[in-house]
Amino acid sequence: MLKIDCPFCGPRDEAEFRCGGESHIQRPGPHDAVSDAQWADYLYMRQNPLGWHFERWLHAAGCRQWFNLARHTVTHEVRVVYAMTAPKPQVEATEVRS
Amino acid sequence: MRYSALSLALNALSGHRRWKQQWRNPAPKPSYDVIIIGGGGHGLATAYYLAKNHGVTNVAVLEKGWIGGGNTGRNTTVVRSNYFFPESVAFYEKSLQLWEGLSEELNYNVMLSQRGQVVLAHDRHQVEMSHRLRNGMALNGIEAEWLSPEDLRRREPLLRQDGRFPVLGGLVQERAGSARHDAVAWGYARGADERGVHIIQGCEVNGFIMNGNRVSGVRTSRGDIGAAKVCLSVAGHTSQLAAMAGLRLPITSYALQAFVSEPIKPALNMMVLSPSAGIYISQTDKGEVLIGGGLDLYPSYAQRGNFLTVEAVTAGMLDLFPSFSRLRLMRQWAGICDVVKDSSPILGPSPVDGLYLNCGFGTGGFKATPAGGFTMAHTLATGKRHPLIEPFGLERFSSGALIDEAGASGIAH
Amino acid sequence: MSQAFRSSQGGRIDRSRPLRFRFDGREYTGYVGDTLASALLANGVRVTGRSFKYHRPRGLMAAGFEEANTLVQLESGARTQPNLRATQIELYDGLEARAVNCWPNARHDVFGFFQLLKPFWPAGFYYKTFMAPSWHLYEPAIRHGAGLGVSPKLADPDVYDKCHAQADVIVVGAGPSGLAAAIAAARDGASVVLVDDKPALGGSLQYEPGLVEGLPAADWLKAREDEIRSLPNIRVLGCTTAFGYYDHNHLLANELLPAGGTSPRQRLWKIRGRQIVLATGALERPLVFPNNDRPGVMLAGAALQYLHRHGVLPGRRVAIATNNDSAYAVAFELRKAGVEVVQIADSRGGQPAPLAQAQVLGIPVTMTCAPTDTRGRSGLQRVELHDVNGQGQAQPGTGRWLDADVLLVSGGWNPTVHLFSQSGGALRFDDQQQAFVPHRLAQAGHLVGAAAGQAERDIAVEAARVAGRDAAANRIVRELAPVASTAQAALWSVNVEAIGRGPSKSWVDFASDSTESDLRLSARENFVSVEHFKRYTTTGMMTDQGKTSNVNAIGILSGVLGKAPGEVGTTRFRPPFNPVTFGAIAGRNVGAYYRPLRQLAAQEAHDAAGAKMEDYGAWMRPAFYPQAGEQESATIHREVLAVRSGVGILDYSPLGKILVQGPDAAEFLTRVYVNNVRTLKVGACRYGLMLGEDGIVKDDGVLTRWSENSYLVGTTSGQADRIVEWMEEWLQCEWVDLDVTVESVTTQWAVVMLAGPKAREVLSRLDSGIDLAAAAFPHMSAREGRIGDVPVRVARVSFTGELGYEISVPWQYGLSLWNALLEAGKPLGIIPFGIESLMVMRTEKGFLHVGSDTDGLTLPQDVGFGAIIDKKPEDFIGRRTTMTPDGRRTDRRQLVGLAPVDGASLLPVGGHVVDAAFKAASGHTQGWVTSSFMSPTLGRPVALALVERGRERLGEQVQVFDGGKLLPAKIVSMTAYDPEGERLRM
Repeated sequence: MLKIDCPFCGPRDEAEFRCGGESHIQRPGPHDAVSDAQWADYLYMRQNPLGWHFERWLHAAGCRQWFNLARHTVTHEVRVVYAMTAPKPQVEATEVRS
Repeated sequence: MRYSALSLALNALSGHRRWKQQWRNPAPKPSYDVIIIGGGGHGLATAYYLAKNHGVTNVAVLEKGWIGGGNTGRNTTVVRSNYFFPESVAFYEKSLQLWEGLSEELNYNVMLSQRGQVVLAHDRHQVEMSHRLRNGMALNGIEAEWLSPEDLRRREPLLRQDGRFPVLGGLVQERAGSARHDAVAWGYARGADERGVHIIQGCEVNGFIMNGNRVSGVRTSRGDIGAAKVCLSVAGHTSQLAAMAGLRLPITSYALQAFVSEPIKPALNMMVLSPSAGIYISQTDKGEVLIGGGLDLYPSYAQRGNFLTVEAVTAGMLDLFPSFSRLRLMRQWAGICDVVKDSSPILGPSPVDGLYLNCGFGTGGFKATPAGGFTMAHTLATGKRHPLIEPFGLERFSSGALIDEAGASGIAH
Repeated sequence: MSQAFRSSQGGRIDRSRPLRFRFDGREYTGYVGDTLASALLANGVRVTGRSFKYHRPRGLMAAGFEEANTLVQLESGARTQPNLRATQIELYDGLEARAVNCWPNARHDVFGFFQLLKPFWPAGFYYKTFMAPSWHLYEPAIRHGAGLGVSPKLADPDVYDKCHAQADVIVVGAGPSGLAAAIAAARDGASVVLVDDKPALGGSLQYEPGLVEGLPAADWLKAREDEIRSLPNIRVLGCTTAFGYYDHNHLLANELLPAGGTSPRQRLWKIRGRQIVLATGALERPLVFPNNDRPGVMLAGAALQYLHRHGVLPGRRVAIATNNDSAYAVAFELRKAGVEVVQIADSRGGQPAPLAQAQVLGIPVTMTCAPTDTRGRSGLQRVELHDVNGQGQAQPGTGRWLDADVLLVSGGWNPTVHLFSQSGGALRFDDQQQAFVPHRLAQAGHLVGAAAGQAERDIAVEAARVAGRDAAANRIVRELAPVASTAQAALWSVNVEAIGRGPSKSWVDFASDSTESDLRLSARENFVSVEHFKRYTTTGMMTDQGKTSNVNAIGILSGVLGKAPGEVGTTRFRPPFNPVTFGAIAGRNVGAYYRPLRQLAAQEAHDAAGAKMEDYGAWMRPAFYPQAGEQESATIHREVLAVRSGVGILDYSPLGKILVQGPDAAEFLTRVYVNNVRTLKVGACRYGLMLGEDGIVKDDGVLTRWSENSYLVGTTSGQADRIVEWMEEWLQCEWVDLDVTVESVTTQWAVVMLAGPKAREVLSRLDSGIDLAAAAFPHMSAREGRIGDVPVRVARVSFTGELGYEISVPWQYGLSLWNALLEAGKPLGIIPFGIESLMVMRTEKGFLHVGSDTDGLTLPQDVGFGAIIDKKPEDFIGRRTTMTPDGRRTDRRQLVGLAPVDGASLLPVGGHVVDAAFKAASGHTQGWVTSSFMSPTLGRPVALALVERGRERLGEQVQVFDGGKLLPAKIVSMTAYDPEGERLRM
């Protein structure tokens, strides 16, 4: 079970959080200016990296705030926690254990 | 060497020293007609049917680790065709029919055990949905029976019917069941190898050799290998490999856990699925109670599970089977599932010429092993999609024509 | 026979407190401090179990987690538990146990003849046979033959607890190294949790002789115990087995609590450590040779434990076979206890260090010698020895037999790396130690003592102190340096080919019943990857998960393949280290605490009125209110007619209520709703639909604008929580520039639905100060008022099709409001009605019920919202998805009414719509019935259905397919009752 450092409440158990999936996805619009392919790309296509994943989490059983973090999808190491509106940070390469 | 009780008895006399390798370990050739990346059930089945049905034997299956070591060896071995939409039914029913003849076809006992799978209904809405599903299946030519609480009491005496989620009945597909997961990979491997396919283990693909928008080979840990056609059959790792060919796919990889109890004498007859408790449970031939639940809650490539999920699934199990409280957890594991929005597979050509996809099965790929291989072999050999997989193309994500089984029937796949 | 093998003195047992117990139907006695295993051994019980596949007689081979032979069914009835290791059961008075998987008992097992079938049942034989005519023919017998113990048939009467903790440093294992590390960390100020599976501290100090840092083990231990007592920042968890090492240094452990009283049976600990120090010790390897599974063959270290922990002698004439020094110490201790040690057979050459002492004690030692066979009817009587060469090959012509009732074996030691491996740590094969040792760490922690491959006790203790201090300082170690150790010689198996025999009875995995010949066969068939041979031979797959077999198997395979063991590889260990009772994993999350249901404010009144309560999306709600002897259908009939002709009330409190406020509230809701929101006036209500971004109908409800910047969003009860979270996500993640707050007020307001033509009259009797006149308070509007001091909100809306009000008061007044309305309506014949009656009425009226009339494929245009969308200029959530080629298909399923042609037959929900010409058993579905009831109001069935191109097919005849039967039906308007809506405008 992960330990997640909520930027508002401090480190808490994963059980208090919900993962909202890949972050930094731009919603295209308005509806009448978007092609089927663009829309499908926004709705369904994902990076799904083996490695650092920039994703959003909600502290559901706490402050109820969303924030971003960089998590390694193999080691589950959490490296950077940052605000929803902040740009994607750099995360150094790390050795992967499988 | 043909397998039978007689061959076993004869080999016993020679101390079992005469059995041959079930498949060989060939060195890779410079090129093949078809390269299949991923030595799981689907990849091996594809190779087998390419050789058997289409005479295409200049084929290599490249496996990063050891064959059958991915989701083929990490699932809950459920085999069934109780789907709702005609497209799904046609595909999965083909698969079930292939399963039914598979031990004979491969001369390898895959131990298909059709003990029936029952989906419980716990409230009025689920009863109605069960009837909708049952009628949908019937229109598609598949039998399913409604079991009353009384029927269920007889067939699963340890199932508590008055727990948090009362049992109002259940829909059973009697032909559903389980199969021995390892045997499927090994049986297909043996069959493919016999027909000349190269099974190359310990061979990791690191990239594609491209010729414009056409793939002409793969770069591997054992050198470059040319190929006219390449098929991706790597489940949860599809996004990684597709990215090497410049493709982005509608896939997110999640860990799906399962766990087993210590073996006990027969206590459960069918596979039991409870949508409300979020669990499915069965008992293996070895006697382990095998329990699965939902996906872990964040994307993952780690083949290990999260204990929170085990706790939630266990609580669900004990509400339905309170007497299992004193059994003990023996082993837990996780597979990496390639989850797409509509829980239906992506089968067929990709936007890159010569590159074919067999992915998107999410949590439900095991049951589709024979049909996935059968239809992809046809597609690779003929260059035309097999009719059964026409609806399962990648284009459905932009056309909107999803085949959302979970949405239609309320049952997670 | 009364404890004939009990030593005359010694052991940590209380000889003044005898305990009676039964095993396999026979009565025995033991002492407080015994395990079931030690008590059986003391009583000379040699056959304690039968093997899994071949039903070979087996005896105790170990003393702890790794026991593979003696699994018992403990007790009977509701408290029975299968497959417990006798070595892990503390003896208590009256204990009753039976060996599993045999009949009638372990000594005499009717399935014993299975041993004769072994030649026909090699590894993986079942993949090669049982195919004709069908596996189904053989499977039932195989299922009954497999499995070990039996499941309880009754619910577990015990309770289990969970406990969370955190610490700077967690130390697993309270042996000398664990104690040293824990104390060092605590001395540096760290909070420490020390976990050990035994009730007492000390680990191996409890039974291993010798000095620690110059002190006798007992004295050293006493000093450490005193030290721990003086350190308030060490918490000791005894009888607690750490079984799982998960991500982010999360340790799972299971504490066994004393039986009896009202205390929980077990407690599951979830402990987060900044650092975790593993002091998990080492496990001894058995020797692999023919008939090495005969009762009486035991691990040498286990015999030492039985001797010093329990005061039990393993036998009278003991032979020892070893490839390392550790078994010599066992010989010496046994000798001291008066046991005759007839022979030490050491497979190594040369002059091992303890040889001199053996000679002093007069214990015969033969070097380059190993066991090659055993004999004995129900337990060991004779051992055969052969000279062996450096490769472990028995030399022809050197065989001799030796009388012995016990053969103690030691094949070397494996660090207990299970938790380390779970944590993601990587192992390497150490040629010096001939074992897999920890190498690279993946999480913050340390390894100490035998778990780190340290064999020298004093060096290990000092290293553990350093590790403890490092852990307290949170120093990160990434890789472990090799520890200095004396060279070990591996003896993976005794090769008997040269003496003309085979390895078919050389057991590698006692628990799963696999032999060296199975491993060789699997290699022959190309199952050479660790995971392949493990699966093909089932080695390591049983309840001990290969604790004594995995490394030997890898060693044997390395010989067969001509590869180093490190190249063959290890399997990744998975949780749990030791099996964990499911009850402990669920904890209190069972019974009434499993997914607890929410209660209504007026529950008391519903109970008093005899409501039939049912579970509707996390709420228990009245389905209907049957009178004595009344059937469900009759009740619903009565309730519907009473509302249609008079008045009724329904508890509507669970409906989701979300307060959306702020300057940009209208803009936000415009993006959330399918409907036009901007035109909604203050004090007005509007019914609306929300979609997911995937275009699918997500939820519906009534939106009320209470002021310029304040809206109350109504949702279905099941979705209430999710919708709030979803709105928050949009506001915080996508539309961060909008100045809006959302807040769930679902359980702040209790709501009563008042419905029926007499509703206004009833409401007027409660003095709310609201002008109820139709013109002043029209349909789809809302007003605020007060009843006495209580604020009240009234929305004039209807889901029944009748004049209706939804009256909200603060939650704590819910019961008062309910009672007040019943009282006020009494002269008008008011009745309470339930959800099922409401469902009948809304179906008569053709009102959509999201979840019943929609599914995971339903777009808004399918349920009649196409025109509303067309008129709306703005984008909203999911809008683009409704415009895909699939969304624009003309043959989409659309919600319509359906009526039986005969005017009488109820069309079953879940029945499929097929065209009028349909005859065969299978074919194309055109849709399905989504809601269907016998209408009490109209005296005929009413139904809603999703039907392909339904709206353009009004009047067309179709059929409803259900369970093979066909019912003719006609596509009709959705609204069967009051199509003009006059009753809403009363």
